[in-house]
Amino acid sequence: MKDTRTVGEILSSQGISRRGFLKFCAATASMMAMPPSMVPAVAQALSNARRPSVIWLSFQECTGCTESLTRSHSPTLEGLLFDSISLDYHHTLQVAAGSAAEEAREHAMQENDGSYLVVVDGSIPLGNPGYSTIAGISNVDMLKETAAGAAAIVAVGTCAAFGGIPHANPNPTGAVAVSDIIKDKPIINVSGCPPIPIVITGVLAHYLTFGKVPELDDLGRPTAFFGQTIHDRCYRRPFYDKGLFAETFDDEGAQQGWCLYKLGCKGPVTYNACAVSKWNSGTSFPIQSGHGCFGCSEPDFWDSGGFYRPLSATTADVGTLAGVAALAGAAAGAAIGRMNRSHRARAQARHEKLTIDDIEES
Amino acid sequence: MSTPDGLHDIAIETHSDAGAYPATGNDLPILHEIRHALQRLAQSGEKTVIDLQAIPMAPGEEERILQLLGRGEVSATIDALGPSEVRETAFAGVWTVYHRNTNNEVVGKFIEITHCPDLLHSQPEDIATGMAQIRETLAELESKQSGDQA
Amino acid sequence: MTETEFLNWVRGPGMQIALAVFIVGMVYRVLENYLIGRKQSLAEPRGSEWTHGVGTMWRRSFTRAKLTTRGYVTLVAGYIFHIAFLVTLFFLAQHVEMFRSLLGFGWPALPPLLITITAVLGIAALLALLAHRLTDPVKRMLSDYQDYLTWFLTFFPLITGFLLINRVGIPYKTLLATHILSFELLLIAIPFTKLSHIITTFISRWYNGAIAGVKGVQS
Ligand code: HEM
Ligand code: HEM
Ligand code: SF4
Ligand code: SF4
Repeated sequence: MKDTRTVGEILSSQGISRRGFLKFCAATASMMAMPPSMVPAVAQALSNARRPSVIWLSFQECTGCTESLTRSHSPTLEGLLFDSISLDYHHTLQVAAGSAAEEAREHAMQENDGSYLVVVDGSIPLGNPGYSTIAGISNVDMLKETAAGAAAIVAVGTCAAFGGIPHANPNPTGAVAVSDIIKDKPIINVSGCPPIPIVITGVLAHYLTFGKVPELDDLGRPTAFFGQTIHDRCYRRPFYDKGLFAETFDDEGAQQGWCLYKLGCKGPVTYNACAVSKWNSGTSFPIQSGHGCFGCSEPDFWDSGGFYRPLSATTADVGTLAGVAALAGAAAGAAIGRMNRSHRARAQARHEKLTIDDIEES
Repeated sequence: MSTPDGLHDIAIETHSDAGAYPATGNDLPILHEIRHALQRLAQSGEKTVIDLQAIPMAPGEEERILQLLGRGEVSATIDALGPSEVRETAFAGVWTVYHRNTNNEVVGKFIEITHCPDLLHSQPEDIATGMAQIRETLAELESKQSGDQA
Repeated sequence: MTETEFLNWVRGPGMQIALAVFIVGMVYRVLENYLIGRKQSLAEPRGSEWTHGVGTMWRRSFTRAKLTTRGYVTLVAGYIFHIAFLVTLFFLAQHVEMFRSLLGFGWPALPPLLITITAVLGIAALLALLAHRLTDPVKRMLSDYQDYLTWFLTFFPLITGFLLINRVGIPYKTLLATHILSFELLLIAIPFTKLSHIITTFISRWYNGAIAGVKGVQS
């Protein structure tokens, strides 16, 4: 069962020409956000790469991440890439179910011990293991068990990477990220809600091609895709720099394509590739469609103030606070004032001169 | 662009994109980059490839760049894992290469500054395969002929 | 703490704490001043407290040629600094949005180019003031740690803010969080340092003016 052929061998056995392969490599390098000068290196590495076994675990999730991936991967080119990995277990996609599926997973784990890749979407509930189970196995147990023999883990989506929406206040299920549980394996966080499909495939392609984990940022995200903010690469940036902001979604400024900062755009603090790779096969991305960025690839994006409140609006409730603080200050001031006054009265009674020091002492 | 039926009934006012967006300034830098690359090509034969998918484009900007580059004398289609269109632009030595998959979705967009894009050349591996095939064909034909003679 | 947690903290609880300390402190300061109390004056007022009080608050924003022969740096740089600082704080679009979220209303902003100029002016003026403080023997002798502390606390938001809109290599999120933190540190420090002059200056001016007014002399 274990396929030991290289990717090059698999492709040529399918009758794919060298031209086809080079085209595949050019598209793959572009997908991996690598400069075109890297294409020969990619071709070299890819033809010698061996297909890794992949086990895909779906935990507390909405299937949006899997949708994102399967909807838009074009069946022929990135599809080839998928032919080049061996997706041995994906309980949402595979036909087998229940114990048959679990057998497939265990089989893949045994056969590829130490070398398989685990892809996780969804967060893991720790509040009560019963909140989410597969074939009677709790998510946390399955993750620990599967991760033990893995070479690396790819946490796909903000839920797996940072806890995501299930983790949002008040986090009823005690949801946590993969990295909160697994500490001894390399984890690649491909965040986004959902993540950009081409970024998911790009990361898998990178692992397939070079057999190692790409360079990561401090949140475990591949810098090739998450190295810059949306704002850094946003085509509306010239308007931001000029201070031209749309005030509503349909005013003159909005129609002129002005910056969406005042409408709540979180682009300045969001690291993702949307502004470059865009969505739906490069058609557009939220800001191009007139809506600010939510910050969906950032931890706790759900709890970072309103989606439609400007970034610089404070998230704190300050109305009551200001009132209480003013009262407290007034009370303290009044108390001190009375003390000062009585101090002065006493001083006067003793016919002493009142000095600044007297006041400051009290 | 065609609008699906039914939407016609809804009073939607559309505003044209034309001129609404600022030149975000990708066109000039790209033209400059191309000019430098052409100079290198002319002087030392060094090739350059620019990945258009790696550049954050404003709506309509890619079209504008292509328009600026214009059309040259050569255009070719490669049929490998879906069609790829290779075109020389109005500037000799500057080519556009667009890769599509079999669903006709674009999967790669490049500007190549070169005498001829590599992909147009027959590849050594494919030539080897071709040689083997032609030998096979010959052998088949010859054995048929000798069979006929016998 | 991650970048995000840092940012969320300064934008939420951090801002609350800073505002609370600032408001409590300032109200306390003002009341303490006011409640010292004065003996009732039995003399007949020769002029209005109010017109002179308010007038002096305004008039003392301007200096007289006579007074400017010395301390020229303090005067010119001081003016430039205060105007630049206030314009930057109140008329950058992003700041207006912050005030709108705090106060419930906003006002038109000035173009970023202008704000960049005021920011640079503010930074330059503060640097000049510091240099003067360090080089002028008298001023240097008069300065204690608080003068340097308040200098730094005022400089910090200006410089981090300037970096924010000028795309530098520092990760934006951290920089933004630091910028907000710098504002909060400033807010917290105001009531307890000489920075409380942002309000008390006007109180003392009013008081001086009002006394003079009652006495019927020029203030
Ligand atoms: C005068 C001293 C300054 C103070 C007290 C100050 C204070 C603040 C505060 C409290 C915020 C709130 C942000 C939030 O809650 O999200 C802010 C945001 C900001 N400030 Fe300042 N600031 C100062 C100077 C500057 C300067 C000189 C600049 C640039 C020229 C600047 C640029 C910004 C920008 C761009 C933001 C918005 C960042 C974002 O939300 O993306 N600030 N500032
Ligand atoms: C509108 C209200 C304000 C008035 C009337 C005012 C007035 C003054 C005056 C008269 C001085 C001279 C003292 C000196 O030379 O050291 C001064 C100094 C100073 N003020 Fe203000 N100020 C105001 C607001 C502010 C604000 C909002 C800040 C910043 C938070 C500030 C920060 C400073 C600093 C740092 C100095 C010392 C400058 C130095 O090192 O020489 N002031 N202010
Ligand atoms: S729309 Fe958002 S990302 Fe784009 S420039 Fe404005 S604030 Fe930045
Ligand atoms: S623009 Fe922002 S919110 Fe939208 S998908 Fe990209 S990162 Fe997520």
